[in-house]
Amino acid sequence: MLTSLAPLIAAVFLFASGGIAQALDIRAAVLRVDYPELLPISRYDLRPDDLAFAGAALADEDNATTGRFLGHTYETVSVAAAPEEAEEALAELLADGIRYVVIDAKAPELLALSDRAAEAEALVFNARAPEVALRGEECRANLLHIAPSVAMQADAVAQFAIWKQWKRWLLVSGSNPEDRALAEAYRRAARKFGATIVEEREFEDTGGTRRTDSGHVLVQRQLPTFMQRTEPHDVVIAADASDYFAAYLPYHLWTPRPVMGSAGLRPVAIHAAHEAWGATQFQNRFEELTQRHIQEEDYNAWLALRVLGEAVTRTSSDDPQTLEDYILSDAFELAAFKGQKVTFRAWNGQLRQPILLYDDRITVSVSPQEGFLHQRSPLDTLGLDEPESACTAFQ
Amino acid sequence: MKHLMLSAALCMAATGAFAGKAFVSNERGNTITVVDTETWEVIEEFSGGNRPRGITLSPDGALLYVCASDDDTVRVFDTETYEELYTLPSGPDPELFVIHPSGSPLYIANEDDNLVTVTDTEAHTILAEVPVGVEPEGMAISPDSKWVVNTSETTNMAHFIDTSDYQIKHNILVDQRPRYAEYLSDGSRLFVSSEIGGTVSVIDVAEDGTPTLKQKIGFEVPGVLPEWLQPVGVKAKSDGSRIFVALGPANRVAVIDGESLEVVDYIMVGQRVWQMAFTPGEEYLVTTNGNSNDITVIDVAAEKAIKSIQVGQQPWGVAITPD
Repeated sequence: MLTSLAPLIAAVFLFASGGIAQALDIRAAVLRVDYPELLPISRYDLRPDDLAFAGAALADEDNATTGRFLGHTYETVSVAAAPEEAEEALAELLADGIRYVVIDAKAPELLALSDRAAEAEALVFNARAPEVALRGEECRANLLHIAPSVAMQADAVAQFAIWKQWKRWLLVSGSNPEDRALAEAYRRAARKFGATIVEEREFEDTGGTRRTDSGHVLVQRQLPTFMQRTEPHDVVIAADASDYFAAYLPYHLWTPRPVMGSAGLRPVAIHAAHEAWGATQFQNRFEELTQRHIQEEDYNAWLALRVLGEAVTRTSSDDPQTLEDYILSDAFELAAFKGQKVTFRAWNGQLRQPILLYDDRITVSVSPQEGFLHQRSPLDTLGLDEPESACTAFQ
Repeated sequence: MKHLMLSAALCMAATGAFAGKAFVSNERGNTITVVDTETWEVIEEFSGGNRPRGITLSPDGALLYVCASDDDTVRVFDTETYEELYTLPSGPDPELFVIHPSGSPLYIANEDDNLVTVTDTEAHTILAEVPVGVEPEGMAISPDSKWVVNTSETTNMAHFIDTSDYQIKHNILVDQRPRYAEYLSDGSRLFVSSEIGGTVSVIDVAEDGTPTLKQKIGFEVPGVLPEWLQPVGVKAKSDGSRIFVALGPANRVAVIDGESLEVVDYIMVGQRVWQMAFTPGEEYLVTTNGNSNDITVIDVAAEKAIKSIQVGQQPWGVAITPD
């Protein structure tokens, strides 16, 4: 790896020192699809107007500071669109010559937009959608996933539970399709790491648990009775991707047990109190720029554009295929305030990264946990490994 | 100043004139621990301001400079009385700095602001602010004082700043998260550690200061995950025969042969080993171990760790008084 990198570094260095490489102007976009959505259970989870765009703005600053020494400039356009307007918004960006698009959307729109981008040979970064299928049978050769998959999230929680010897799980899921998909990821994680799901329950979404409905009055009566007479268990695993009941679980159980998953201890890509591995200065830069705390979609957008910037820096190219080939190669590595380099899975375009386990105040732990080994990288113990991948687009 | 000199004289009389001292900045404890380098006992612990990290001494050993990162200032202490004498303007979030061999100026990395601030230690004024890459950290000065090197952690470069006009004349791309830069004493070579990249870049320096990336040194320890081998502090013996590299969470210091540039040994030290300093004469090398809250003393000739001393919370940097 070092030898294959050497000519590349030499080439970049020549410019850095002698000023002979070509100047590059890298234009990118963040396209965020805004859905009609109910209010979250907690006001803390309200989506700020500049969600994801703020991360992109910081990435532009970071990339530009580096680019200054190399003759590279960076400009990222931020566009928000309703689902039915998203394709037109993308078409305008592509018509404007933009070939790098960070998309913050749910799976159906992400796929449609990625296919439209592929026609223009543009590279897409997924900053939001966590579905396993997008990394499997529905994968796309021009689509790189920055957001962790639900499989990575579930595996991160499962490893911690195993490390704690909490092997008997009570799985409580919501009744919406995304909740059931998340529950399936936890079933898979239990099989993978040797936990036992002693019982499963589904808490039906009948509406009316959100804060504006005085949700706590209802769930304080409903949840404890719903959680009565369970099999003996060590931990409650909550699968509530649609965010309507899990937040109430920790203090409304019948049998007191720790809750993990969608409430209690949650798997996240970043949170605003994360300080390890130099993240303090990252948080400082973000807060100074935006006057608010960072959220996961901000981090994902930042990381997507830093991946792009790093590839431009190392290759001195602005060609999407050249950059994607480099990003998916063994030579690519990037520091992302996670304590080890982040890289990509060449078989499905997923970014490998540690997952933070967060209790809404501090980083409680970070997965992969100690002792979970893999022949390639411990990070590949999280999510879909190569042999189980149904993705063929990258072959 | 007169009474200070007097108290300094009294102190020297009381503790023995030439006892060496190691000053350790405790990032989390907000203190400086003072360790006697003959007995290896803790003599004193005093307040170092908020989040003290970078730490260095004036060439005569009389003044201790501390980057109080969260106070946005450099605090200056008397090395005999431990009294804070004054502060120096540093720019925001000073992390690490290097001092000109004459004692002035200080070249300070401002981690949050992508700047290197140049501060006159006598006039207490800022001479220049040099824009560098994202998250500047490592600082080194060439032995002829013509170049100051800054490494930027997110830009992944070593920037070569001409000290005559404060302009960046060269940039070298290195691996992810460069943390520390160290020149050989003859100025012919520079070592830059990359924490996340897991390598040390070896950069040859021409007579006129022009740098060329020569090679990268990797690390391998049986039974330790490669992800944990994170090079941070680097110290080279003045004859260039050995280069010591602190490997962070691998809890080891790598010993590199200066000729072959091969790793010849790994010395076990405390947990999350960070920065290092030699005693005068390079008899001992002292390491700060951030997670075990101690420092380790390495016998340089034997290349063995001989002692660990408990200091304050999360020791970060260390500076040792000259003879």
